[in-house]
Amino acid sequence: MKMLRDAAVSADPLALLPARVHEVQGPGRRAFGLLQAARRKGPVFWIMPAHQPEGPMLWGLPEGLSDRLHLVRARGETDLLWATEEALRSAEVAMVLAEPEKPLGLTAGRRLQLAAEAGRTLGLMLIREGQGSNATETRWHAAALPSDRADSTLLRWSLIKNKSGTLGDWTVGWDGKAADVHLVSPTGQRCQPAQTPG
Amino acid sequence: MSIWFPRLASDVSLRRHPVEGPFALTLRAGNADHLHCVNPAAMTLGLARGMALADARAICPDLVTRPADLVAEAAALGHLRRWASRYAPMVARDGADGLMADISGVPHLFGGEEALRDDLHARMERAGLAVVSAVAGTRGAAHGLARHGGGGVIADGKLAEGIGPLPVAALRIDQATAEGLSRVGLNRIADLLPLPRAPLARRFGAGLVLRLDQALGAQTEPVAAEADAPHFGVRMTLPEPIGKQEDVMAGLARLLDRLCARLALHQMGARRLRLDLRRVDRATVQLDIGLAQAMRDPLRIAALFRRGIDEVDAGFGIDALRLCAPVTEPLAPAQLTSGQLTPAQLTSGQPAPQDGVADLVTRLGNRLGFDAIQRLAPAESLIPERSFLTLPTAYSAPAARPRRPRHRPLILFPPEPVTAHGQPPARFRWRRMSFTTLRATGPERISPEWWFDDPAWRTGLRDYWRIDTREGPRLWLFQTPQTPGWYAQGEFA
Repeated sequence: MKMLRDAAVSADPLALLPARVHEVQGPGRRAFGLLQAARRKGPVFWIMPAHQPEGPMLWGLPEGLSDRLHLVRARGETDLLWATEEALRSAEVAMVLAEPEKPLGLTAGRRLQLAAEAGRTLGLMLIREGQGSNATETRWHAAALPSDRADSTLLRWSLIKNKSGTLGDWTVGWDGKAADVHLVSPTGQRCQPAQTPG
Repeated sequence: MSIWFPRLASDVSLRRHPVEGPFALTLRAGNADHLHCVNPAAMTLGLARGMALADARAICPDLVTRPADLVAEAAALGHLRRWASRYAPMVARDGADGLMADISGVPHLFGGEEALRDDLHARMERAGLAVVSAVAGTRGAAHGLARHGGGGVIADGKLAEGIGPLPVAALRIDQATAEGLSRVGLNRIADLLPLPRAPLARRFGAGLVLRLDQALGAQTEPVAAEADAPHFGVRMTLPEPIGKQEDVMAGLARLLDRLCARLALHQMGARRLRLDLRRVDRATVQLDIGLAQAMRDPLRIAALFRRGIDEVDAGFGIDALRLCAPVTEPLAPAQLTSGQLTPAQLTSGQPAPQDGVADLVTRLGNRLGFDAIQRLAPAESLIPERSFLTLPTAYSAPAARPRRPRHRPLILFPPEPVTAHGQPPARFRWRRMSFTTLRATGPERISPEWWFDDPAWRTGLRDYWRIDTREGPRLWLFQTPQTPGWYAQGEFA
């Protein structure tokens, strides 16, 4: 278990540890979740409150995600957490996205972790800022960044809590279609000197 | 034996809600209401089937009417057909208000044909249905005697004498043929019998001769009893009441084995299942589960019932279980490929991978409702809101997304007003946040579908812009040039 964890983390800094529940907050949390979902194979369940106006748009989803994405509209917070736990417990589901409305307690967070371990399923809670649970494996902050070029979509993903590793900041470029991203070097660490204007 | 219910529709209607005095069911044909079925009180006043309702009201002002329900009438006849199987193994519908039973070899069980008829009439009278029955050696003779001769028994070998006095219409011939026969003076079946057959067939068609032969037994006509729809229900009565959860599960497992065997026999799969638990105090607890796909695997279904059984209040104990599948779908046997199941899974009864998702959808759907679990499917429209459908997962198949080159946002929401000026706006406010435009891509004009009146599109044309803001978010804004205003409808990654 420990070896697998190290291997997974070292290979790709943006990979989420499998069979655990993670959290992401910030304005770009849904894009983060959908990109993580596009990166793995198998059915994806997105559990959201029934009254939530925002939903995924079929034609904007990354490639290969639209036909395996299931939306679950839960009528209340209890139903939402119950559905999340059921989906996490199911071994055939690849990933579960859930959007709770209220702060997650430690009990609820721990229950979800146990369910994820039982079903070997990855969970990702799309939370509002500061409403996370301490039981989470990692917590991310995702936000869009303005970019100079029209064809690049820059995203800033910060790892702000990590139970088994260090924190970090990544600037990621994603074209919004494919399942892969490329890491953008931070401005201060260019390999070549920046061109002087004029 | 032919059984005719002369007032089936009105008797069935009056059984539920009795009415004193003249009563009739009306059926709308064209622009006028006609009487469909009248009760004896109305009949004595001169009302008859097929009469216009206005005429009937003129004759009998205090006539009570109800609209006829042909579906309920057919269902009532279907129930009577099932009931009549107590007299004969093969019972068929005969028209909209009659039954035909093949009682060969049966009457001695009831003490003779007359006794059988008496038994039938007594039971029908108790049920409040008027009935006329006739027993004869052939279908045609029994039918004619019941409908036109007032019923009775025609002894063996006396068919010609028995149906001779009946009018020619009793032969199940059409109206035109019957009129033609009466025009040449042939009013009774007895008039037809001595005539040469060839001229009769030439003048009135082969149908008349065929019907005559069938009535006299020269031509065989079997009773074509329709096959009973298979009934997917099993029950179990226990000598001692049970209350423990595992006992109920064990009983359920036995019922499921039997039900699934029956489903497999008919190549059907259950889509809904209902378990009735009868308690000792005669109260019944009903458990309903829906299934995300048709299935007949006892182990998987039993696992889905477990949550419901947890919550059942057994009271003083449960002494009867009844399991039925009200909704079934065809489910052809599937071949197990080697990749689907390992031998260990086969023996341990674990579900195959693709069944696991269906089981999850079933579990979620039984609590949240099957409409709450959706998948996205492409649609033809170019209107953003209608360019895809959200369909219930349980009732749809995954659809591949065709390629469309246009750039669309990742997240879509109903249009929200944005305070903005300019085209495109250099600065705007959305959700109480200020944004400065870094780059605007567009416009892409989308015009409303004129054949579809959508309240959200009453503002007319929309010019869609992708606005990259200096603050980060990339928004999908649109302007309505016909009624000036800016709205946000989506968010790119």
